[in-house]
Amino acid sequence: MPENDNASVLRFEKVGVVFDDGTRALDQISFDVRHSETRILLGAAGSGKTVLLKTAMGLNRVTEGKVFLFNEDVTTMPEAQMFDVRSKIGMLFQESALFDSMTVAQNVAYPLLNQKAIQMPREKMEPAVRDSLRFVELEQTLERYPSELSGGMRRRVAIARAVVNKPPLLLYDSPTAGLDPITAHTIMALIIKERDVDKTTALVVTHRYQDGNLAANFRYNPDSGRLDPADGTGTKTVFMVLREGRLVFEGGQADLEASADPYISKFVKRPEKDAA
Amino acid sequence: MLDILKGPIQAIQEFYELAGRALRGIARKPHYVDDILLQMDSIGVGSVPIVLLTGFFTGAVMAMQMGRSLQQYGQTGRTGQFVSIILVRELGPVLAAVMVAGRNSSGIASELGSMKVTEQIDAMRALGTDPVQKLVTPRMIATAVMLPALTVIDDFVGMVGGWVMSVLLFGLPSRQYWTSTWQALVWNDVGQGLLKPFIFSFAVSLIGCFYGLRTTGGTQGVGRATTQAMVVASVSIFILDLFISKIFVSRTN
Repeated sequence: MPENDNASVLRFEKVGVVFDDGTRALDQISFDVRHSETRILLGAAGSGKTVLLKTAMGLNRVTEGKVFLFNEDVTTMPEAQMFDVRSKIGMLFQESALFDSMTVAQNVAYPLLNQKAIQMPREKMEPAVRDSLRFVELEQTLERYPSELSGGMRRRVAIARAVVNKPPLLLYDSPTAGLDPITAHTIMALIIKERDVDKTTALVVTHRYQDGNLAANFRYNPDSGRLDPADGTGTKTVFMVLREGRLVFEGGQADLEASADPYISKFVKRPEKDAA
Repeated sequence: MLDILKGPIQAIQEFYELAGRALRGIARKPHYVDDILLQMDSIGVGSVPIVLLTGFFTGAVMAMQMGRSLQQYGQTGRTGQFVSIILVRELGPVLAAVMVAGRNSSGIASELGSMKVTEQIDAMRALGTDPVQKLVTPRMIATAVMLPALTVIDDFVGMVGGWVMSVLLFGLPSRQYWTSTWQALVWNDVGQGLLKPFIFSFAVSLIGCFYGLRTTGGTQGVGRATTQAMVVASVSIFILDLFISKIFVSRTN
């Protein structure tokens, strides 16, 4: 983990992604995520949010520009080497992407068993898996299969799998999509808990402004196990807005709320409408 | 014109790329032995009932038709010879492969396709495994080992089917049937009878994996991939069969 608080964890330099069929998914994207920062990436469906996350993880081929992970250029890195870099990143996929043929315990243990960069002795794996499932409060599901769990529980197991090897960077792809408000809150609370307990850097893709608002203004209270208002003690949350593959906004919450751009303000105004 | 050809040619190129990576996976670490055994069970042992049934009835119907034709020349005694040659050289390998293609190429395509559309393939890469090494290579090895074995079973059960018919319909002595079946076969027949399923096995497994891994478009895409895999695998078996047979026929002449 970078000691320096200001170290760059994930950097995009004029990144463009064009698919084989000629569709352009990302265009001239540049940003720099610093250590222990939380980035909230807002955008409509099809604006390229998932592509951006997968590009950060090296799962997509980059057409233009450069991607740096932990200050290392990974743009053209061969897959075999990329595995080592990926072991330092946890990713939550949109539909959880748990392996159907494996139990919850096997799913959570998967990165420990398969990532070569993680040399964990077998006897330490079970406690690590249990710890991780305890973190998401699902310790009782160890021997069950993903198909037996509810959507919210599956997503929590996927979070447990993403954090089991304590990666310094976490990427969350629409963690609250398709969930009811209460479950969505639970998931966001877990993301904030992970950030505050392990001091991880995170990139959260979402189309719900509430999620970003929660991350920016609340902190995890280890004593009560709940979220408390952060009271202006900066949570290092930066917002980004993606529109049709282009980054149209990057800045703090106040700037985002003050923006006059109709596309950007659409995201911000939504919660007020929901509340009304 | 060029644009029309571009798609299929690119697909063929991608297929060979996948085949190359899967073959390289045999030599490269890590080896997923558990997955290989699991696939051997599901592809091999799981296909035994279907192979037993199709093999038996094919052999039986063949003996029935052959016996009737041979009766005209008073040569019913040679039924076993015809049954065994046709089974071992052609029908056994092709039937077993087509059955396994119908059962497993489609099965593999739907399994891998579902994994693709639910991002499990991406998750695998994200969590440090090469999907080709973990999913394709074990299926390829398992099919290459099991399909020749299934073919041997298919051939034998077919001969048993032929025997039952010869005895019941034409009153052939069992000993005569089995002696003529056995004596009809030469090493060349056994050679091509085992080489064919070995080569077909790559079509069965790799085509299933190929269509599975390139699935797009949600559950509908999985359905499409499943059908395509089964159709392409079955047709390739017949095409490959012609070429391999030609090589063996030329060798004997």
